[in-house]
Amino acid sequence: MRLDTDPYLQHYADRVGGLSASAIRALFAVASRPEVVSFAGGMPFTAALDFDAVTDVVAQVLAEQGPTALQYGIGQGRPELREQLVEVMAHEGIPAHPDDLVVTAGGQQALELTATCFVDPGDIVLAEGPTYVGGLGALTSLQADVRHVPMDADGMQVDVLADRLDELAAQGRRAKYVYTIPNHQNPAGVSLSLPRRHRLVELAEQHDLVILEDNPYGLIDFEGEVRTSLRELAPERVVYVSTMSKTFAPGVRTGWVAAPAPIRDKLVLLREAADLCPAHFTQMVVERWLLTQPWTDQIETFRKTYRHRAEVMLDALAAHMPDGVTWNAPTGGLFVWVSVGAELDTADLLAKAIQQRVAYVPGDGFFADGSGRHHMRLNYSYPSPERIVEGIERLSALLVDERELARAVYGTASVPGDRDDPARATPDPA
Amino acid sequence: MPAPLHVAVLNGGSSLEREVSLTSGSRVTAALGDLGHHVTRLDVDARLVTRLVDLDVDVAFLALHGSTGEDGTIQSLLDLVGIPHTGPDALSSALAWDKPVAQGLYRRAGLAVPDHVVLSQAAFRDLGAAAAVTRVAEALGLPLVVKPAAGGSSLGLGFVEEVGALPAAIMGAFSFDDRVLIERHVTGTELAVTVFDGEPLPPVEISPRGAHYDFSARYTAGATEFHAPSRLPRDRNDAACETALAACAALGARDIVRVDMILEDDEHPTILEVDTGPGLTTTSLVPLAAQAAGVAFGDLCQRLLELALADPDDGAPTP
Ligand SMILES: Nc1ncnc2c1ncn2[C@@H]1O[C@H](COP(=O)(O)OP(=O)(O)OP(=O)(O)O)[C@@H](O)[C@H]1O
Ligand SMILES: Cc1ncc(COP(=O)(O)O)c(C=O)c1O
Repeated sequence: MRLDTDPYLQHYADRVGGLSASAIRALFAVASRPEVVSFAGGMPFTAALDFDAVTDVVAQVLAEQGPTALQYGIGQGRPELREQLVEVMAHEGIPAHPDDLVVTAGGQQALELTATCFVDPGDIVLAEGPTYVGGLGALTSLQADVRHVPMDADGMQVDVLADRLDELAAQGRRAKYVYTIPNHQNPAGVSLSLPRRHRLVELAEQHDLVILEDNPYGLIDFEGEVRTSLRELAPERVVYVSTMSKTFAPGVRTGWVAAPAPIRDKLVLLREAADLCPAHFTQMVVERWLLTQPWTDQIETFRKTYRHRAEVMLDALAAHMPDGVTWNAPTGGLFVWVSVGAELDTADLLAKAIQQRVAYVPGDGFFADGSGRHHMRLNYSYPSPERIVEGIERLSALLVDERELARAVYGTASVPGDRDDPARATPDPA
Repeated sequence: MPAPLHVAVLNGGSSLEREVSLTSGSRVTAALGDLGHHVTRLDVDARLVTRLVDLDVDVAFLALHGSTGEDGTIQSLLDLVGIPHTGPDALSSALAWDKPVAQGLYRRAGLAVPDHVVLSQAAFRDLGAAAAVTRVAEALGLPLVVKPAAGGSSLGLGFVEEVGALPAAIMGAFSFDDRVLIERHVTGTELAVTVFDGEPLPPVEISPRGAHYDFSARYTAGATEFHAPSRLPRDRNDAACETALAACAALGARDIVRVDMILEDDEHPTILEVDTGPGLTTTSLVPLAAQAAGVAFGDLCQRLLELALADPDDGAPTP
């Protein structure tokens, strides 16, 4: 007899076919054990929040606006909150009007809605290589054809982008949009230089292209440096996404998108179809947080905490990593991107790392095309400085040993080339 | 309803197969609870022995996969504290866990295993084994299957089509174990035969919809098609069952094991491995075999408890 482990198989949509169990995800189940120092997450250090203030805010919302807070709201999000979010954008010098904004369940929902708005199966989307896993997830679940543009210390290589766009035009094809994280990119940890921002916008004009600008980390610059946003340069071409996840807390699931009016209207309709409206209660918590609390001080606390942790991580890397392992020195954000050399495969190595009680995200997760296997992403925002040192010591010992083993195993045989690995172009020590 | 027992379902732990184990454990916990047992589900960690002793359980149900759960470690420990456990004893578990040793035992018992070579990290580090790698391909022929010498769930598994890809596959398997097992690639129908209380259940035929029976083919519902008994002629199914019983005997394994094999050219049973802590998830082979035999999952679990309680006491340390 035939035994079906999934009797619903005939009923699924085509795009669900690609969703499957993964060994890497199963390994992360071990990485979350307390004895493992995990650099794998992307979690902000929420313990640095002023919890007295948060408690007050939540209590006030319930005491003063309880029935409204627990009611449905409108799909675009509360106008009062959108006004506050415009203030947050202004803090980064980004112009916007509350009408331009749609409040979303984190930046992630904005990425998903944007993808749904633009992508049919097989459509081309250009993205940095490497790029944010969640952004990729939104695209691949819609069967987008994601093509990567390599990066260096100045962010996306826009000259390569120009070539790609020309090639596509020559084939009579076009990209639906370019997805970029211009500030303290996740995972590469670099920012797009100003000249490249101008060039990117120029290319968008030239090729009639939409840009998806994803900016969760703009305010998490260690020195408080503010960079010119793409939205500022070309408001009519840019779908701008940001979030309160890194400046306040991911648990409130509050992000937003600012888009030209026709796109904004589509996004509102799509979001209403998806989940009616953003959670009213958390919108009101965020709104009151921004209205009544010194929220910029809180951001300052996060910045200082992360700057310190990044320094600790960089010092530990410099002290312990073997020659041939390289990384970038972040000036903001939450991540260090490490290159381990062509003879090691970070996806293969994860199991051993976890057995030695340290975890990271293998680089291939940040590519749609399987490259990135000689890279890893390390997070420093969540583990304590002591744990960071401990974890980097373990990771370094592992890499020292593995490189020795690789030399012994490969002998005189050639190491599988990473010549074709676009990740190779990603930043080396800045 | 059976007489209610206090059962500790042991699952999780820090083995690389933690997640699969938690899935097995949650299913077993629910099934035993439905039967009226008092079930305590334990994620195994450094407090395990103290907790087991304090809880004063009647029996431990092992839903552990991977090292410490399947290699005899937990079995010895439970023997020591006098708690009966499901599945084979410590020695059989340790023998089966070490694939090269187990393959030697099957071969001695006159059973076929894939031709293979075992290489340790030390062979490369200290003895220059790299210079002999091309010989592996010459001796066994391509394609090759590279795997860690111990461990399950297809973790660290590599299929090598050309000799140049061998070192990278070896490195990949070394992430899971100090030794790699390099095998000749056997073609034919893949079968898993569960031996339950000394009797074979119907052989389950495994045909993955993708290229290989890898991690995702194992744990994504619908990714693999199963038939039990297999669609092969009856005498082939019988031969598979005989091989399974013989492998089980070679290990001296009791209560339950799963014997994985490929019928080479759909004819000759070739043993890949014997699993002494087989998965019990909804996509796992043992529950599917039980289903084909008309044994409900709860009854399977209940019988395993009864067998555990009837097992001889291995606990008394030998003087
Ligand atoms: N020598 C071989 N020839 C052909 N296919 C093989 C060979 N060895 C393994 N395979 C394939 O790879 C799969 C996994 O191999 P193996 O049984 O060694 O893995 P495992 O990790 O021990 O699995 P388990 O979870 O059952 O313990 C097999 O189910 C089979 O499909
Ligand atoms: C680049 C990028 N975009 C979007 C998000 C989504 O975050 P959230 O949905 O919490 O706003 C993240 C989170 O890590 C991110 O790194």
